[in-house]
Amino acid sequence: MTKPAIAANGLRKSYGDKTVLDGIDLAVPEGTVFSLLGPNGAGKTTAVKILSTLVTADAGELRVAGHDLATDPQAVRAAIGVTGQFSAVDGLITGEENMLLMADLHHLPKREGRRVTAELLERFDLVEAAKRPASTYSGGMKRRLDIAMTLVGAPRIIFLDEPTTGLDPRSRHNMWGIIRGLVSDGVTVFLTTQYLEEADELADRIAVLNGGKIAAEGSADELKRLIPGGHVRLRFADPVAYQAAAVALREVTRDDEALSLRIPGDGSQRELRSLLDWLDAAGVEADELTVHTPDLDDVFFALTGGTDVPHQAKEAVR
Amino acid sequence: MSALALAFRDSSTMLRRNLLHARRYPSLTLNLLLTPIMLLLLFVYIFGDAMSSGLGGGTPDRSAYIAYVVPGLLLMTIGSTVVGTAVSVSNDMTEGIIARFRTMAIHRPSVFIGHVVGSVFQAVVSVVLVGAVGVAIGFRSTDATALEWLAAFGLLVLFATALTWIAVGMGLISPNAEAASNNAMPLILLPLLSSAFTPVDSMPGWFQPVAEYQPFTPAIETLRGLLLGGEIGHNGWLAVAWCLGLAVLGYFWSTSKFNRDPK
Repeated sequence: MTKPAIAANGLRKSYGDKTVLDGIDLAVPEGTVFSLLGPNGAGKTTAVKILSTLVTADAGELRVAGHDLATDPQAVRAAIGVTGQFSAVDGLITGEENMLLMADLHHLPKREGRRVTAELLERFDLVEAAKRPASTYSGGMKRRLDIAMTLVGAPRIIFLDEPTTGLDPRSRHNMWGIIRGLVSDGVTVFLTTQYLEEADELADRIAVLNGGKIAAEGSADELKRLIPGGHVRLRFADPVAYQAAAVALREVTRDDEALSLRIPGDGSQRELRSLLDWLDAAGVEADELTVHTPDLDDVFFALTGGTDVPHQAKEAVR
Repeated sequence: MSALALAFRDSSTMLRRNLLHARRYPSLTLNLLLTPIMLLLLFVYIFGDAMSSGLGGGTPDRSAYIAYVVPGLLLMTIGSTVVGTAVSVSNDMTEGIIARFRTMAIHRPSVFIGHVVGSVFQAVVSVVLVGAVGVAIGFRSTDATALEWLAAFGLLVLFATALTWIAVGMGLISPNAEAASNNAMPLILLPLLSSAFTPVDSMPGWFQPVAEYQPFTPAIETLRGLLLGGEIGHNGWLAVAWCLGLAVLGYFWSTSKFNRDPK
C-alpha cells in the first residue's frame, strides 16, 4: 500500500460539552475514494472541516498529503481542494470571474488562468452561464461551479462534503460521473454522504460514522457481509388478511402501520415457494411481495441503531 | 514566492474582487454618500444663519459657516462610507466563498486588505464628491499650499484606513448585515459629537471631554488648519496617533477574529 493521502489517529473534537468526534482513526490511500457515511449530525462535516484545516481538532495526530495539520496547515492547504456542503462561490460575480479569481489565488499566470477557466467551464457545462452572476445559478449549476473552482489549482486530494445533497437525480448522476473522472486522474477523494447508494457506487472504502465513532469500516461488500441476509416483505391492503398472515407465519417482523410483514430469508426460489405455500394454506393473499437482498441500507440501519426503520428505496419488486 | 510578494499578490487579487463588487452594486456606496451631503445642505441652508450667529458673535455669516463645516463633513463622509465596509465584510462572512479562502494556501489577511484598500478608495472618491458639493455651494480654501493640500489628502487617506480597519472588525463580529450596520453606527454618530458642527468650547463643560477625546475632533481641527490656515498645534500629532492606533487595533482585532475557528 502506498503512503496514505489522509491519515488520522485519535481525532477528537467537542463543542462545549457535546462530543462530536470521539477518537477517530482513518487512513485513506492515495488515488482512492473514501466515503464517510452517517446520519445527520453524526460528525461528517466536522471531520471534513478539521481535515481541510477549517477548524482545529482538540486532539489527534492528523496528516494530510504528508503534512501535519497542526504544525503546517498552509502546506496542507496547498495540496487540497474543498467543496463544502454549502456552495463556496461568490454569488455577486459571474461564474467566469469566480474561476479567474481562483486562478489568481493559485498564482497561475494570466494566460494559463484563462486557459484552465475555459477548459473547466467547458467540462462542467457552464459555458453558456459563464457571464451570469453565480447567484442566478440553479442548485446543480452552483455545485458544478463549486467543484470547477476547486479543481482550478489541480489539487491531489479533494474533500467533498455531501456533494449531491439537494440535487435532482440527473444532477446527482452527473456529479457521480465527475467524481469518477477525478479518480481516474489519480486524485484522492474524501467524500461524505448520507446516501448509501452513493457510497456504494463511488467509494473504495466506506466508514460508517455514528455518534462520533466509526461503527464499521471496509469496502461496500465487506460491510454488507457484516449483517445477516435479506428478507421477504409482504404488504397487505386488508387489515384482516394482514392479521391472519401475521398469526400464520412465525418469525416475522410486523409493521402494523404499513400493514407489512418482514420474513427473514435470502429470497431463493425454494424459500419463496414454501412461503407462498404457507400463505395459500392459510388462505391469505398479499397485495405485494418484495425480495430484499442485503445492501448498505441494512448495514447502515443495523450500525446506526435504526433497524426497525422500513426502507424501500432499493427493493426490487418481483 | 516570498511572504511579502505573496501578501501583495493575494491582496491585489482580493482588491480586484472587492472593486468588482463595488462596481456591480454601487447603490450601497451611493446611499451612504447621501447622509453627509444632506447634512451639509441642511446645516448650511437651513441652520446656517443660526449656527453662524453663534460662531461669529451674533452676526449671521453663512459663508463663514460653510468654511467651518465642510472639513468636518469631509471626515464625516469617511465615517459613513466605512459603514458600508462593515456591512460588506459581514455579508462576505456569511458567504461560502470565505470558507473556501480559509482552506486555500493564500495570505490570510489579504481577504481584509482587499476590503480595506477598496473601501479607502471608495471613501476618497466619496470625499471628493462631497468636497465638490462643498465647493459648489461656496467653500474655498484660504491659500493652502501644495504641501498642505498633500498633507490634507494624506490625512484623509490615513483616517479612512484607520476607520476602515475598525469597520472590518465590526463587520466580523456582526452575525448579519443589519447588525453590522448597527454596530458601525458610532462611526456616524461620533462626528456629530465632535467639533464638526460647532466648536468644542461652545459646548457645555461636562460634555467637552467627550468631544475632545475622540478621533474626529483632532482630525477635523487638523484638516481645518491645513485648508483654512489657522493653528493646528497638537491636533496634528493627536490625529496621526489616533489613526495609527485605530488602524493597528483594527488590524489585529480583525485578523485574530478571522483566525479563530468559524462556527
